[in-house]
Amino acid sequence: MTAAPEHTAYPVGGMPPTRTPADTPPPADVARVRDLAVTVGHKPLLIDVDLTVRRGERVGLIGESGSGKSLTALAIMGLLPEDLAPTGSVVVTGQGPGGIARMTSVLEAGEHGLAAMRGRDVAMVFQEPMTALNPTMRVGAQVAEVMTIHRTVADRGAAARRAVELLDKVGLPDAAEAARAYPHQLSGGQRQRVVVAMALANDPALLICDEPTTALDVTVQALVLDLIVRGVEARDAGLLFITHDLAVVASVCERVLVMYGGRVVEAGPVLDVFTRPRHRYTRGLIGASDLDLSRPEGGLYTIQGSVPAAGRFPAGCVFRNRCTHATVECEAVPPWVGSGPEEGFACAHPVVHHEGGGS
Amino acid sequence: MTDVAISVRDVVRDYRRPRTSLTKPGSVVHALRGVSFDVARGQRFGIVGESGCGKSTLLRIIAGLDQPTSGSVQVGGVEISRLPERRLRFLRAQLQLVFQDPMGSLDPRMRVRDIIAEPLVAQGHRDNIGRVHELLDAVGLQPEAADRFPHQFSGGQRQRISIARALAPDPRILVADEPVSALDVSVRAQVLNLLDELVQRLSLTLVFVSHDLSVVRHVCDTVAVMSRGEIVEMGPIGDVYDTPAHPYSRQLVAAAPRLQAALAGRTAAVLAAETLAARALSSNASSRNAVSRNAADSDSKPTPPTPEQTTPPPKDAP
Repeated sequence: MTAAPEHTAYPVGGMPPTRTPADTPPPADVARVRDLAVTVGHKPLLIDVDLTVRRGERVGLIGESGSGKSLTALAIMGLLPEDLAPTGSVVVTGQGPGGIARMTSVLEAGEHGLAAMRGRDVAMVFQEPMTALNPTMRVGAQVAEVMTIHRTVADRGAAARRAVELLDKVGLPDAAEAARAYPHQLSGGQRQRVVVAMALANDPALLICDEPTTALDVTVQALVLDLIVRGVEARDAGLLFITHDLAVVASVCERVLVMYGGRVVEAGPVLDVFTRPRHRYTRGLIGASDLDLSRPEGGLYTIQGSVPAAGRFPAGCVFRNRCTHATVECEAVPPWVGSGPEEGFACAHPVVHHEGGGS
Repeated sequence: MTDVAISVRDVVRDYRRPRTSLTKPGSVVHALRGVSFDVARGQRFGIVGESGCGKSTLLRIIAGLDQPTSGSVQVGGVEISRLPERRLRFLRAQLQLVFQDPMGSLDPRMRVRDIIAEPLVAQGHRDNIGRVHELLDAVGLQPEAADRFPHQFSGGQRQRISIARALAPDPRILVADEPVSALDVSVRAQVLNLLDELVQRLSLTLVFVSHDLSVVRHVCDTVAVMSRGEIVEMGPIGDVYDTPAHPYSRQLVAAAPRLQAALAGRTAAVLAAETLAARALSSNASSRNAVSRNAADSDSKPTPPTPEQTTPPPKDAP
């Protein structure tokens, strides 16, 4: 089902198909977001968001609530509320029959095109499984529905059989019986497994998870995270994983983007960003998350103040009103320093790491 | 005067589910199945467990908001489990609560001044504005905050208001039910530091409930791990966290993702494998053999049967 993808087309303005050694096809961008900006009235909610997810890649999007993480995910799904005016470009590339790339320009596409894309090329797992599931439908039918709508299976019977198969794969005990259950009859962890099964039903090219385990107990969280990683690995799909829990991101992702105030403030491989953060916000976030670390004078490291309300972030560097290193220089938007949108930071006074100096 | 702040003995709490049949009564849920522990004055006592393990029920009983089916609860040497509401006034002055959801526990139509002064008014004090300003200062808010409404504050600030309200009657015991679970990480650290400082400065006894062992580890000195209405392990936090003895505690420790470990290659797959391994052990062991690790206990410290649980297998970084 998921043979090595043979991409015959590339996103508009995307990378030229430079052949890497051996016969591995160049990684294709399943989601490519460029200069995405979203405003409501005069309030900017997202500014200049650049984000790329390739096939087989697991990308984390971190930041506190109100940073714009979920809004970015909704923009990729084409689920932004109507009164928001997005600009920029969002291209999602799924895989059509015969391995032909199927591109959707999300911001320009009509509802019909978006409906064809959602649940087939991109699928999403939300935080709260009870609100993501229909309480009046048996869970097996809900998983089957995703496939019948997109006609990825021959008929209803096949869809029902495949639904049971999928529920079994996500680890529901006695899948045939579980398929006949209603959401309220399942535990929180089981419900989230059902949502993951639905999301993976059509072998999407991109899976977006928005805080998928925040509502779950810690032992259940470990299992659901593993399930998600194995699910996307088996399909060679891209994963965009949104969370505020740095430890979870470090367990799941390879690459990470740090958002604050609607901007991407730092990006790079997980190991680099978490061990040698450059942006002062990333540094603060890591310090505050690590409960094993404490200040010499006692107590945890903190970031002063709190996240402002949407659209109330300062002009220039969005973090400067909470930053201990802010100067007049920070009144201008700091330029992006780095090799590209996937690796770099935007900070006028970055953390300097000495040779061999870890954190 | 005893130096035990809270004493809980064999507390059982059964609930009856709403009936689902006309002829049969609803089934019984055993929320607490014989819980016993003591919290000494000045101790920082943590209670950890997953949802549904009975930790909130236990807290409600300690706070006199619910009554146990059987067993006894003493706060400051007074038996509270059989007292009617009107005779619990002394308890409200001694023991105060901070809840998880700072928005849900503050009346949106009251000004902060009135919210913080409410416990004082209930105790019969009047003209409290001086005390309100003192409390606002103690939790790091400006005096102007007194005239505003809860919705004008961020989550962390609201939690500070809840803490100020809890401290108003100058209680000896502070009970916090998941006080930082609804907060962002940067704010979580601020609120934890504040709690830490206040408990120390006012020499309070702290009972801190959380699902997150690492948060409890930071705030508390002693921890009780709960599972299915029972305390399965109790002891100094460092011991329980570093070498959990009961299979269930081991499962909790194994499942918790930690930043440094994750960066060292403890991926989601490793996490899940360790959790499952710990769970398999846990289902083999009977849940009745609770582990007590109090230093006072004469019996030697139980050695964990399997030494390999906490060291993650070395793996390439992701």
